[in-house]
Amino acid sequence: MTITDGGSVQASAEPLLTARRVRKRFGKVDVLKGITLSVAKGEVMCLLGPSGSGKSTFLRCINHLETIDGGRINFDGELIGYTQRKGALQEMTPREVARQRRGIGMVFQRFNLFPHMTALENVTTAPIGIRKIPKTKAVAEARELLDQVGLADFAHAHPAQLSGGQQQRVAIARALAMEPKLMLFDEPTSALDPELVGDVLDVMQKLAKSGMTMVVVTHEIGFARGVADSIVFMDEGVVVESGPPSEILRSPRHQRTKAFLDSVM
Amino acid sequence: MPRSDLTHYGASGTRPPVDLSPLPADDGENDDDVVALPLRHTWRWVAAGVLGLGFVWLASSLWNNENVDHATIAKFMFSGQIVHGAVLTIVLTFLAMVLSTILGVVLALMRLSSNPVLSGLAWLYIWVFRGTPLLVQIVFWGYLGLLYKQISLGVPFTDFTVFAADTNTLIPAFVAGVIALTTNQAAYTAEIVRAGMLSVDPGQKEAAYSLGMTPLFTLLKVELPQAMRVIIPPMGNETISMLKDTALLSLIAVLELYTVAERISAQNLRQVELLVVVSCWYLVLTSVLSVPQYYLERHFGRGSRVLGPTPIGRVVALLRRQPKPRVTAKESL
Repeated sequence: MTITDGGSVQASAEPLLTARRVRKRFGKVDVLKGITLSVAKGEVMCLLGPSGSGKSTFLRCINHLETIDGGRINFDGELIGYTQRKGALQEMTPREVARQRRGIGMVFQRFNLFPHMTALENVTTAPIGIRKIPKTKAVAEARELLDQVGLADFAHAHPAQLSGGQQQRVAIARALAMEPKLMLFDEPTSALDPELVGDVLDVMQKLAKSGMTMVVVTHEIGFARGVADSIVFMDEGVVVESGPPSEILRSPRHQRTKAFLDSVM
Repeated sequence: MPRSDLTHYGASGTRPPVDLSPLPADDGENDDDVVALPLRHTWRWVAAGVLGLGFVWLASSLWNNENVDHATIAKFMFSGQIVHGAVLTIVLTFLAMVLSTILGVVLALMRLSSNPVLSGLAWLYIWVFRGTPLLVQIVFWGYLGLLYKQISLGVPFTDFTVFAADTNTLIPAFVAGVIALTTNQAAYTAEIVRAGMLSVDPGQKEAAYSLGMTPLFTLLKVELPQAMRVIIPPMGNETISMLKDTALLSLIAVLELYTVAERISAQNLRQVELLVVVSCWYLVLTSVLSVPQYYLERHFGRGSRVLGPTPIGRVVALLRRQPKPRVTAKESL
């Protein structure tokens, strides 16, 4: 995986990810009440919505960090986390889920770098141990990725020695090292000091331009306006409305969307 | 909010006037350029002196005690029997710690498992072996022959047997001792390992899983290395306890350090002298054990704190009289 500035890639019609009527409960609370959406290859989708709207939970369902209670998530021609058995879905074993997750990278709000490893080891551990590529190749690829996120000089630093923005960029490099087809971003800049947000957004924008399919949960309206191909506005576990940024951000149809946008802009 | 709520300058709400006139220029006439010294700890020196005197008095009263025969201490300190006992103590400690750590990690993982059968079984094990005295367990394993005359391997409730042997030949005192120490220690180790695993941020597991790592790979590469930071210090403690607990095996006649000393003193009636001998041995052995603990803590603490030079490194640096290494911008980040 490389981040190349190949110009904006037009989203093709072929969907890479589809979610149909995805339901999720936490105890007595219906967090997701039937989410249906589809993401085309090369598309950058931003999920917006007030906190508690279920957007982060939905993102975590896409790579099966959360189980679902109903509906289907299809990624790259496979049902994620479940196999169809007669009228119901049966959860897969952890090993099978692990195999599926290799195609989906994820970046977390709190970075979640491995603190006992250097930046380079953070990036190389999964490719060497899971993709089974030779160590020298993995190190060369990792150095290239660290260079692309602007951290070539920090390969041997531990996460505790890096700023939040640097840690998040290492986390992006770590996810890309598995050569995923889809990248999930869960509020990647929310835990950063304001002056560090720009560097992370720049890397994400470069990644989007290179043609990576991305689903981004964010509060950065500027990023959504400038980079996203589509915006999905969620509230209380449902998709309120979706469409291109020009439509949703400039002339939202629903009162809830209007109220949210007024409060954040 | 009314302004008076925010002010600390009394009910009037007025603020004192601010003096904006520039500070007088430093004309060198005052003595502001003065040296600041740290607090002097006079009483530390007094306390150290008093305690030092007390220790000298205690040591001399022990040394000059006519009931202690120095020749006997010297004679047995490095006698063949005692050294042999000490070697067996070390072997017992090593075997029991290695085996109990393996068993303890397995038990901890079972206890943390979402499988209720596994976690229930681990809970039961820990309940039994932590809940009964070690002394009782040692005697139980030592006298297992009283409970089961023979140990056989076969199909239960049938006459078909693959292998059968007399319990006392299959489990001699040494083996019974290792089993007793191992099974008991594993219960404590399991709880230490479990605490270590719980100390790892759950986000670590999620990040590992999101990279396509399997649960076993995540455990070995991500969770256990981080849990070790919390596990190592109490495990050092447990190893030192284990070294001393081997003395309890005198109950089932395992010829380790304390049993040997006990047997010698039963013959020459020099109990105090032999206790001095074994105490010296235990002190030296426990002191030696704290060295690997220091280095293990260092190894697994990487990434979480800045590591200074080791004591040996400090001595080497002192001998070489190296100039202080300059901290470069990259290292100080």
